[in-house]
Amino acid sequence: MQSKTQMIRKAFHSAFPYTIPIFAGFWFLGLTYGIYMNVSGFGFWYPMLMSLTIFAGSVEFVTVNMLMGAFHPVQALAITLMINARHLFYGISMLDKYKGTGWKKFYLIFGMCDESFSINYTTEIPEDVDKGWFMFFVTLLNHFYWFFGATLGGIFGSFIHFNTDGLEFVMTAMFVVIFMEQWLKDQKHTSALLGLGLSALCLIVFGADHFMIPAMAAILTALTLIRKHPEKGGDAA
Amino acid sequence: MTLTQQIITILIVILGTMLTRFLPFLLFPSEKPTPEYVRYLGVVLPAAIFGLLVIYCLKNVNVFTGNHGIPEFLSIALVIILHLWKRQMLLSIAGGTVCYMLLVQLAASLST
Repeated sequence: MQSKTQMIRKAFHSAFPYTIPIFAGFWFLGLTYGIYMNVSGFGFWYPMLMSLTIFAGSVEFVTVNMLMGAFHPVQALAITLMINARHLFYGISMLDKYKGTGWKKFYLIFGMCDESFSINYTTEIPEDVDKGWFMFFVTLLNHFYWFFGATLGGIFGSFIHFNTDGLEFVMTAMFVVIFMEQWLKDQKHTSALLGLGLSALCLIVFGADHFMIPAMAAILTALTLIRKHPEKGGDAA
Repeated sequence: MTLTQQIITILIVILGTMLTRFLPFLLFPSEKPTPEYVRYLGVVLPAAIFGLLVIYCLKNVNVFTGNHGIPEFLSIALVIILHLWKRQMLLSIAGGTVCYMLLVQLAASLST
């Protein structure tokens, strides 16, 4: 029998390596966000508190624009819901995995950003590691990296100059790897191909700023349709 | 915008974000059996979502201007090759990112 402290420590040690790419991505993106707020005239406590409480990258950038414009609470809510609608998909996929994680469940859902969801969904957590604590640390570390970067950017702002051009690609590379991991695990690739194809199509048709909602609707419709006409072994699992 | 209005705006953004994250768990609590259709979605959605996220990362790539998306596609190709070869997550991600940084910084220095 291992003690609780040992169990928690073990979960931390196995979770940490998975978050290293996110460390690279988040301190950089968080820094960019903090700098953006700083040069937009906000004190460092804005990015600091917003990175802690909102913890959803793209919407935080958009909120900077909201704060600089006129006061439109209903519009702010509508924009937030649209940008973050993809979280609904994450929640549906995590209903089972977050089950039985006790008090940690609240935080796991609160901190379910793209990256935490992707890692917690795809990682095959070893048998002897507590799943709840593993997912908790993945979420907590990612949250911390983002908070750390945003606060640092907010404090130092425009003083920071070094050539990090292209570092943001670390997030793209990570999602490509996660996509491949899922692909290698699946017997059937219908869902993966639908996701890629329909998203690309919607991007071409609706443009970069408006393609997410149509793409999600198209994916949902297509997955619902193929369920009604299942091929042999219709589930992708 | 006054400070109060700023605080309200931020609170609304927090509320909206939390709504999108908590809604599925509120609609389908773990004590009750989840409807078959939602369970099906939970199984098939992730593969499609990861495809969506890859496209989302590439949404600002324009194949007609700038670097024509060449650094992106070469670096993604390298990520795929590295990952099929070694299947080491960190190696694939680091390799692709370093490749991308070199390509865009090289392209920038050539064009000036």
